Amino acid sequence: MTTKIVAISAGLGDPSTTRMLADRIAAASANAIDDNTSIEVVNLREFAHEITDAALAGFAAPGLQHVYDLVGAADALIVVAPTFKASYPGLFKSFIDALDNDALTGKIVLLAATGGTARHSLVIDYALRPLFAYLQAVVIPTGIFASGHDWGSSGETALQSRIERAAAELASLLGGNGSGRSADDEIDLFSPTMLSISQPQ
Amino acid sequence: MSTMQFGVMSVGDITTDPTNGTTPTENDRIKAAVAIAKKSEDIGLDVFATGEHHNPPFHPSSPTTLLAYIGAQTEKLILSTSTTLITTNDPVKIAEDYATLQHLVDGRMDLMLGRGNTAPVYPWFGKDMSKAIELTIENYQLLRMLWSEPVVNWEGQFRTPLQGFTSTPAPLDGVAPFVWHGSIRTPEVAELAAFHGDGYFANNIFWPKEHYIRLINFYRQRFAHYGHGTPEQAIVGLGGQFFMRKNSQDAINEFRPYFDNAPVYGHGPSLEDFSSQTPLTVGSPQQVLERTLAFADYFGDYQRQMFLIDHAGLPLKTVLEQLDLLGEILPTMRAEFDARRPANVPDAPTHAARVEASAQANEPMEVTA
Repeated sequence: MTTKIVAISAGLGDPSTTRMLADRIAAASANAIDDNTSIEVVNLREFAHEITDAALAGFAAPGLQHVYDLVGAADALIVVAPTFKASYPGLFKSFIDALDNDALTGKIVLLAATGGTARHSLVIDYALRPLFAYLQAVVIPTGIFASGHDWGSSGETALQSRIERAAAELASLLGGNGSGRSADDEIDLFSPTMLSISQPQ
Repeated sequence: MSTMQFGVMSVGDITTDPTNGTTPTENDRIKAAVAIAKKSEDIGLDVFATGEHHNPPFHPSSPTTLLAYIGAQTEKLILSTSTTLITTNDPVKIAEDYATLQHLVDGRMDLMLGRGNTAPVYPWFGKDMSKAIELTIENYQLLRMLWSEPVVNWEGQFRTPLQGFTSTPAPLDGVAPFVWHGSIRTPEVAELAAFHGDGYFANNIFWPKEHYIRLINFYRQRFAHYGHGTPEQAIVGLGGQFFMRKNSQDAINEFRPYFDNAPVYGHGPSLEDFSSQTPLTVGSPQQVLERTLAFADYFGDYQRQMFLIDHAGLPLKTVLEQLDLLGEILPTMRAEFDARRPANVPDAPTHAARVEASAQANEPMEVTA
């Protein structure tokens, strides 16, 4: 069985340190997981127009829909966002806004962010984590924040060791039963409302 | 009347024409609806349907008034709705208004029930939007009772109880108007249509076809589950929209400013992307013909095709020209749909056929189509 990992990079630049971080986390996660893994890294920049169209038209164009399908089918999600004005970019929020309501229910998610200085490091806990709590995702405890100097740090607190710790947590959660919940696309024929149609009071 | 019905449905939006900045008055648009309906009959269409709204920029707040006026000036056209708000209207008033219309137009009518998607309409009419599905189910169950039982004793969650109530007038010939249920995302509405053997309508306008296929298939299966026939015999209606000119590039050039500024999807996807991703066809009559015929490949053979042609600020003159062009391809469209239709797929519902079926079954409300 193959474990499907999808990494969403919300960096808007090209090249992008956000994308670089996403690649490193994805590679570390593949190492930490015993099963075969498939990794897809998605650059939101490439879908900027389709994300705006989806916000206005109410449905995703084929390219963006493919990304949503990948997200839906993923066993785990790696989300890496740059910090803009103390939060994630608007484009990333628009991407999340056009997801199905329960698309991330019970989904295992690793959160990471990049920022200009270490003063932004709580963006993961103050901006990203509440969003994914609302979406009822299972977010792993370690968040990975990288500012400019992290790319040259060393020792216990080095970026690479945090990436490996988060990847190990991700692998451990994937080996368990998660929250026991997941997005359910089935029509419930036996809800009280549904039953009130064929069995009126 | 052919085995399949074709028509136009109007949202009733009052939108500024983006090419010249003029905005029709409410009076202009109400009279335009009448002109469009009469023209629809002239070019051989079967159905005209009006939306129902209770807020600007829409005019049709009183559908049966509009439809009765049109009915008095037409002879064959079936008058319908797209949709009648089953959530916020009192089912008693729906029963009375539409039964009156049914008598006035000698059965040339039916109606499509919908929930409406304008949040403030619920509180304006004293209803709770979070109960929209429950309102739909309870109100429809009461509506059916009002049309089938001479004296109704009823008690529910959302309305004052009725004791010894008789809805007048009783339906024409003892046969209730045919009911379509319109929905594009709510399985309960498909279930409601299936349980009662009513029609199910998917607007098929704003989204890719995949969004509609799921609920249509669900409705077909549940229709069979409740013993009304095979899944292929369920009564399905579809929307669609087009803009056509003899030369497809002329159609694209002329429609683009209306598309780019249209309510709902304007300022979003390009005309090209939207037409490839949704059922919108902007092109030649031949292209509209081919794209429409393909609907049956995706959704199965169906009974009613309705087109949206008068929105986004298009002037009346242009809309009437669209109807002329539709009239030219309509005979071929009918013939091609009829040619592919298996013999066991039922005809579109008409009052006359339902009266006949009712006489045979001798059970007025158990008629399917």
